[in-house]
Amino acid sequence: MADNFQVTKDGKLEHLLSIDGLSKEIIIDIFNMAESFLKIGSRDVKKVPLLRGKTVCNLFFENSTRTRTTFEIAAKRLSADVINLDIPTSSQSKGESILDTVNNLIAMGADIFVIRHGIPKTPEIIAKAVNNDVHIINGGDGNHAHPTQGLLDSFTIRRFKKEFSNLKVAVVGDIKHSRVARSEVCALSTLGVPEIRVIGPDNLMPDDLDHLNLIHFNDLNKGLKDVDVIMMLRLQKERMEDGDIPSEEDYFKQFGLKREHLRIAHPDAIIMHPGPINRGIEIESEVADCKQSVILSQVTFGIAIRMAVMTMLVSKKL
Amino acid sequence: MIKLPSAQDLILKLENQIKLILDDSTCLIGIPTGGHLIIKQLCKNLGGDLNYGLIDGSFYRDDLDISGVKIKEKTSNINFDIENKKIILIDDVFYTGRTIRAAINELFDYGRPKEILLFVLVDRVKNELPIKPTYSAYELNNDKGDYINLVEERNILSFEVKNIGR
Repeated sequence: MADNFQVTKDGKLEHLLSIDGLSKEIIIDIFNMAESFLKIGSRDVKKVPLLRGKTVCNLFFENSTRTRTTFEIAAKRLSADVINLDIPTSSQSKGESILDTVNNLIAMGADIFVIRHGIPKTPEIIAKAVNNDVHIINGGDGNHAHPTQGLLDSFTIRRFKKEFSNLKVAVVGDIKHSRVARSEVCALSTLGVPEIRVIGPDNLMPDDLDHLNLIHFNDLNKGLKDVDVIMMLRLQKERMEDGDIPSEEDYFKQFGLKREHLRIAHPDAIIMHPGPINRGIEIESEVADCKQSVILSQVTFGIAIRMAVMTMLVSKKL
Repeated sequence: MIKLPSAQDLILKLENQIKLILDDSTCLIGIPTGGHLIIKQLCKNLGGDLNYGLIDGSFYRDDLDISGVKIKEKTSNINFDIENKKIILIDDVFYTGRTIRAAINELFDYGRPKEILLFVLVDRVKNELPIKPTYSAYELNNDKGDYINLVEERNILSFEVKNIGR
């Protein structure tokens, strides 16, 4: 359970560290604001002056293309200045601690940090150490959380399915090691999804399945029956080296989403994937591009969600 | 508490003034929520040939850290080209001028209109910026700082006035 210091007593978002601890009301506020930003994204001039004069620093200690780029585009569309720190060539590689790096950037006038780090809770430790007027967004920390991904995924579901209260959602893949899965599950339960299924091999399931109220299936055909939403996860190849997964071929055979599975799910089911996609490993290429796939909408919506989060961090509570 | 004329009467006055200046290039753009309610009514009487739109301006305001961003049900929606058009901005109440400043800023991100006019029901004559309505159906001179808002109830528009003890 994340400390609730990411939200102030009167309900204002100070940091975004994890979906755990966010109320349904705050999540809905973020969604409603993201709706307005989506409209801005379809204009000729895609920029608004909301964060003019603010500085956003992207500190990515792990690789990222989509998340870092969409945060950068989101900040720029809000007219903020964006600094992308190139970690391998920064003073980090000379032995400076993360907190010292952050404090130096604050001394240069940074207002918002987007932090991705392999060690869980790194963004939280930094959030606890900085002043009130500096805001931290978790861009993914180890296997702990990836809150903006969880938000943009549930926002995508709302856009295509309208209501959460009648949905069956399946998350397929390595749930145990996936920060994306944790954030998705947390967002969907907060929003009132009655049935969340997790599909994957036994050894890739979290230990707290019952506590999270998840239904586990180790057979894709059974697990996908009548679901409205299929959320695929990326197969983390590094896990294969640990021996958790036998081989790519075996995995695709058992848990790769293929054309025939779409007949088992609800006819209007949407297919989601946080990217990057491993075609032919967790999803058949043809399925990734089919009509029911909303994978690229997720990317577009991700910009609007990140704009909404940054705006809410800086904006005074209403 | 201040007393205002009936909102329906003021809308009629506004409508008559608009009729005098209507031409081929005129577009009506309302500022939510009040401006949207007025536009809905004007649509019925002025006909469907005119271009109608909404401009919210919330993302262009200067008070993000004072008042925060308000998430409104109706946000900007302009589905036509405003280049070289005569834009009539419509709002219920004109107060400090800051809403209009934000709306005009946003409007220019859609294109370059030929002219922008501002028509309101009530002018509270408290300008904080060098912006004045082109036309106001009513001038409120002894303003007590109350909260004034146009509301819709069973298709009838009226003013809601609240004493907020300023």
